Amino acid sequence: MNGLNMKFGWRDNFMDGLRPLHELENFSEINGLRAEIDAQDLKHKELNDLLFHLVKKGAREINIKNVFGQRYIGSRIFLPDAQDKVKIDVYNFPGNDLGVFLGGHYINVHGNAQDGVGNTMDNGQIVVHGRAGDVVAMSMRGGKVFIRDNVGYRTAIHMKEYKDKVPVLVIGGTAQDFFGEYMAGGKVILLGLNLKEDEYHKANYIGTGMHGGVIYLRGNVEEHQLGKEVGVRQLDDSDWEVVTKYVQEYCGHFDASEQEILAGKFQKLLPVSSRPYGNIYAY
Amino acid sequence: MYSHLLSEFTVQRMDDRCIRCQVCERQCPNGVHEYDKGLDRMFTYEEKCVGCQRCVVMCPTKALFVRSHPSEYRMNASWTRDKFQNLKKQAETGGVVLTGSGNDKPYRIYWDHMVLNASQVTNPSIDPLREPMELKTFIGRKPDTLKINMDGDVPKVESELHPNIPLASPVLFSAMSYGAISYRAYKSLAMAAKEFGVMFNTGEGGLPVEMRKDYASNAIVQCASGRFGVDQDYLNSAAMIEIKIGQGAKPGIGGHLPGEKVAQHVAQTRMIPQGTDALSPAPQHDIYSIEDLSMLIYALKEATNYEKPVSVKIAAVHNVAAIASGIVRAGADVVAIDGLRGGTGAAPLATRDNVGIPLELALASVDRRLREEGIRSKCSILAAGGFRCSADVLKAIALGADAVYIGTAALVAMGCTLCQKCYTGKCAWGICTQNPYLVKRLNPEITSQRLVNLLKAWSHELKEMLGGMGINAIESIRGNREHLRGIALEEWELNVLGVKGAGE
Repeated sequence: MNGLNMKFGWRDNFMDGLRPLHELENFSEINGLRAEIDAQDLKHKELNDLLFHLVKKGAREINIKNVFGQRYIGSRIFLPDAQDKVKIDVYNFPGNDLGVFLGGHYINVHGNAQDGVGNTMDNGQIVVHGRAGDVVAMSMRGGKVFIRDNVGYRTAIHMKEYKDKVPVLVIGGTAQDFFGEYMAGGKVILLGLNLKEDEYHKANYIGTGMHGGVIYLRGNVEEHQLGKEVGVRQLDDSDWEVVTKYVQEYCGHFDASEQEILAGKFQKLLPVSSRPYGNIYAY
Repeated sequence: MYSHLLSEFTVQRMDDRCIRCQVCERQCPNGVHEYDKGLDRMFTYEEKCVGCQRCVVMCPTKALFVRSHPSEYRMNASWTRDKFQNLKKQAETGGVVLTGSGNDKPYRIYWDHMVLNASQVTNPSIDPLREPMELKTFIGRKPDTLKINMDGDVPKVESELHPNIPLASPVLFSAMSYGAISYRAYKSLAMAAKEFGVMFNTGEGGLPVEMRKDYASNAIVQCASGRFGVDQDYLNSAAMIEIKIGQGAKPGIGGHLPGEKVAQHVAQTRMIPQGTDALSPAPQHDIYSIEDLSMLIYALKEATNYEKPVSVKIAAVHNVAAIASGIVRAGADVVAIDGLRGGTGAAPLATRDNVGIPLELALASVDRRLREEGIRSKCSILAAGGFRCSADVLKAIALGADAVYIGTAALVAMGCTLCQKCYTGKCAWGICTQNPYLVKRLNPEITSQRLVNLLKAWSHELKEMLGGMGINAIESIRGNREHLRGIALEEWELNVLGVKGAGE
């Protein structure tokens, strides 16, 4: 019901017309640890209500079919006492903020993803068999994200790390501007597999304001594309170990050749200072 | 040290009182006092003095005075001393002038231009010492209508109720992050909030894991542009979640917690490497519009199973009323407005002193706009920025606030003397520092009690003033501008505030 005396009316696309769980259950099937959801006619919240409900009923491997833009898939699942994690397969197109705040679960996307994949993700893994939109892995603090194709703007912005909790992002294609902006930690690997030989990566302002973490970049990038807080280095043995490990994982998720990828030209982008703005003030 | 600058303060020592005990030397983190053993004499480097008065109150023989330096440039109404000095500092360093705490410029303080009402003859005033007086406040979205069905003799609420948090008194501790302030200062706020039944706000520095069991139920946790220390447990442990868009002391800009303040435990709480700058970008990079804000509001609700109210904190700026309307429509349960005089641990002086609008005007226009649009009940309003006393609090509630955030007042209760040097990390009072030697000066058992005392005193004063108006519940004064009158205000100011002039 709209409120009284409402000047411009009140419309809440997110919360209006939600159905109760016992009606939503008709869109799902559960069989022990396995469950399936048909998301065709479900609203954002309804899908997540149902997903969390199935998890509480014991489901740990859940297929979600006919996903068309529903948001926040996976972020509701918070079971502080349960040790086991949930594996979710999403067909085809999840909406924004897939796995936002994700706490250790596994999400496989069989299609393209939108903005905010793995936003402020804490742990777990997201694999996207397609492309992803803007702000992928923003403020991510743990776990792994693999994107098969390209990503949008501001990818890996403000990723962080603490001791052995280091987030990893692997991108098969290329990225747009502000890639790795404000990065405070984490490992990002940009493979550029869909670029032609001698073609340059698309992004400008790579690593602007970067003050932690590392970007491994395969392929060509011009110096003017890099932020001024970034230094370029050659990979040493320990770097190759890291790159090889995650390229192998990438190839395990998608159909790609490890030898071919590792034969490419890699460079390592590092912040020149952990305190990029330490000297701009008069005390 | 800067060359050719006048000292800001002069330190005078009465040598006949000084017993060379060197307390002043140990107490001063800035190195103002130095004892020379050979000469048995105290030397003073007054150019380093920040005027925090720590040495003065600690001196056992009361031998010290610190006051503004008497040297003066030629009197000039335009080129004031602070303009002069900052310019010289910038000429020397090329840097942005930093400052701490709130705006100290003489902008009109509207609290001092509004007076409250009291009952005379036509309705009786109430004595809170003898009669019940209700300060309890609930923060969160309220239902549009309340439908109650009788199940036999038992009334049952049929309307959908939204999550609310209860406060024993309409005063909360404003966001001050662990990292900006010391662990002991932070814990003092948490302990006081728990004891008195109000809330403290974690700021964006996370909530240390070991504090969650005891204090998370009195915590408002922030999700800000740096997303420091944000995980599912942090969000789910708290009473309320606040999205920080802006801060009154520095609207439109982010924050740089300098690396030297990111000690081991601060790093662990924020989940960033020790010693790196903790950079909070100016915007949240997943929020470039009201629609994006809505996305984060519901992301937080999703992550907490719709069990917590979500607040959005903005700085008071020119179009604050329209922005607040957008925030409520985006799904926020609480709108927090931080005004021109709100404090900070560090901000560029130019921003602190020149950006934003006074809270009083912002609060009044937000409250009016939301009422005009019929959506005032869909949110609570928290007002922040420069509350100095209980009368300010009551006037804010009469202008439409549900409750107020106090930051600077709480710091002063803990010992702060507003020297405005928070950004140096050398707070002599152990509040705004991570230096273990200085932090030890605070004892949370004692400082939390001082905070509880403050809340207790203000609450009693609120009751006295309410009683004087013949009102017995804080609910009845909320947005009740009939109980306010303006003094020495222009007509446009009265119009924005929605308040009549005194005598009208």
